[in-house]
Amino acid sequence: MQFDIEINGEQVTAKKGETIKNVLDRIGIKVPTLCNMNGFTPTGSCRLCVVEVDGLQGLVPSCSHQVEEWMKIKTHSPRVLKARKTIVELLLARHPDECLYCNRNKNCELQSLAEELDIRERKHQTKRLSIQIDRACSSIERDPAKCILCGRCIRICDEVIGVAAIDIMGRGSDSRIGTSYNKGLNVSSCVKCGQCIMVCPTAALSERSNIQTVLDALHNPELFPVIQFSPTVPASIAEDFNLKTSKDILNLFRAALKKMGFRQIFDTSMAADLTIMEEAAEFIDRWNKQSVLPMFTSCCPSWVRYAEEEKRKLLPNLSSTRSPQQMMGRVVKNYITSSAGQKPSSVFVVSVMPCTSKKHEAEGDVMKDNNTRYVDAVLTTRELVRLIRLMGIDFSCLEPEPNDTAFSLRSSAGKLFGVSGGHLEGLIRTIHYMMTGQEINPIKINDLRGLKTKKETHIKIGKQVLKVMAVSGLANVKSVLDEIESGRKDVHIVEVMTCPFGCINGGGQRIGSDEKSLKSRMKAIYDVDEEEMIKVAHKNPIITDLYDKFLGHPNSDQNKDLLHQVPITEKTV
Amino acid sequence: MNELIEKMVPRFPVNKKDSLLGMLQEIQKAHGFLTEELIREVAQYLHLPVNKIYGLATFYDQFRFHALGKYHFQICNGTSCHLSESSINIKDLENQLYTKDGGISRDRKFSLESVSCMGSCEQGPVVKINATVFTNVSPDELNRIIRSLKDKTE
Repeated sequence: MQFDIEINGEQVTAKKGETIKNVLDRIGIKVPTLCNMNGFTPTGSCRLCVVEVDGLQGLVPSCSHQVEEWMKIKTHSPRVLKARKTIVELLLARHPDECLYCNRNKNCELQSLAEELDIRERKHQTKRLSIQIDRACSSIERDPAKCILCGRCIRICDEVIGVAAIDIMGRGSDSRIGTSYNKGLNVSSCVKCGQCIMVCPTAALSERSNIQTVLDALHNPELFPVIQFSPTVPASIAEDFNLKTSKDILNLFRAALKKMGFRQIFDTSMAADLTIMEEAAEFIDRWNKQSVLPMFTSCCPSWVRYAEEEKRKLLPNLSSTRSPQQMMGRVVKNYITSSAGQKPSSVFVVSVMPCTSKKHEAEGDVMKDNNTRYVDAVLTTRELVRLIRLMGIDFSCLEPEPNDTAFSLRSSAGKLFGVSGGHLEGLIRTIHYMMTGQEINPIKINDLRGLKTKKETHIKIGKQVLKVMAVSGLANVKSVLDEIESGRKDVHIVEVMTCPFGCINGGGQRIGSDEKSLKSRMKAIYDVDEEEMIKVAHKNPIITDLYDKFLGHPNSDQNKDLLHQVPITEKTV
Repeated sequence: MNELIEKMVPRFPVNKKDSLLGMLQEIQKAHGFLTEELIREVAQYLHLPVNKIYGLATFYDQFRFHALGKYHFQICNGTSCHLSESSINIKDLENQLYTKDGGISRDRKFSLESVSCMGSCEQGPVVKINATVFTNVSPDELNRIIRSLKDKTE
């Protein structure tokens, strides 16, 4: 049912059942909010979106109040503005005035709200919170003093990721966001996905920065710094520097990295090809023996951690194949740089990932001497942007750098890892080839594409039919896991990604990404697949060469230690 | 499963969130405070995240997360007791008992807690030491009590 209501003196059509904020968004009137999140039920707790409705005594929150036929609404009356201003002034009362030194400077919702509402003086003075910054976790840093208790991190952690690693502790003016028994995030149920950072309006949650470590390595003459980047990174960098996502962006991106001082540049997608080869061989082995199915993918470290802590019964179902980041680190340190005359200990491998969890993953994987890591430092996409700016690199003056190291050759299947469903698509292409000796036709699997959190399809391989599933958003995985634990047998491969829609929406991406940027990142990946000549991992000449020279054949005993891992059997929580 | 939780199982249905507060109360009654291990057990039993349970428990003043001292002092900080003429200075008490408000002394003999109201407003200030309630307590009297407790040898 449609009817007219009055907003700021103008007649506007509204539908029954929608909230006032829905109408305001549609007609382009902006009301500020701190607690509201797209796709979540509104809580109406921050009260910033309040509006004045004639005939109602108090101000009403527009995000949770439904429109009614008789309504006359004022969105920016003096009374409303005063209320909003007071709310922000009260929030600022306890907030540290550290904007200059804050890593969210110029990208902080509280800061821009204070600016928008024209707050020019500190109205209220109160004692600052003196709670220690939680730096116990290698991925995520928590600074409770900067928290404004909007509760978005709690909701995304509980409703989308499903682990509820943080919650409101205490009551009233003593309440703050924390973990049980005030422990560090490293020993809580946190899976380090970093989705909480993506929704935090201030810098209360941020990644552990590795910028200084990388800078030191770049300027250390004894080290040989090399860098690998994940499939989604170039497109995200293009967004940040307002570059067109085109074929050239990859070469421009390479040129920037070269200029910063990295000696060799690798595309992690090449290691993703290697992951596909190993995983496909592993699956076929399981399929032939009909043992421990379905197989879960294991390239998402947050998902692996979740399984290790919460779903120990399903651990044998996890593929033992290492993630592309760790494979790349191992291949680089063991083969590539040694052929360039470098010792593993002097090679410094930096990886750029759209992910905070990869920091945690890299820390856990060390060489036998216990001192050398395979990946020495992990930067998120955000940190790389900061580093590029710090090094004064101007993209408009860069000459595109062609692919120099042979090792950045990759198939588009490896590139697809960046989006939910993509890993599975690449994997199926190779499984089909390994099982039948023929390429899959058509090569595109449309059922596994698109911005959906749960995708499933049947794949015909020779005379057999495989049922495969791609699930993203860890909370969505739970129902699938419960079904499998209670005996569901018809699924054969499940691809799990912790962040909704996969790494394009990872916890290390640009803060403030909307659906539009997710779509463009996804398109960039599928466009590569469209244009690329080599679309399957097993046709990547580097991969075949690696197997010929060093590795033997996929999933063989000789590379068990190099390319496979055993899940951790001790619980940390 | 922990023995204590096992005993509770028949009375608290597994798929009901309403079981939570009752279980926490019983744990506190048995142990004096909520131990981390037991909260974990409850979380497993009720299929709730540990952090959610801890968050909920911290909302209520009745739940404690540390052990109590041999002598647990509860000082009424309600409006009436707070305003009564000879009101007790919590800072002095902290010095005498070697502990902060909400803490426990190093020898585990004393713990101190200021509470909102014990329902004896007309007889304030009110102090409760373990199960004994002292009414109309003057600072001098409180000093005497503390001294005698300190002198007591086990």
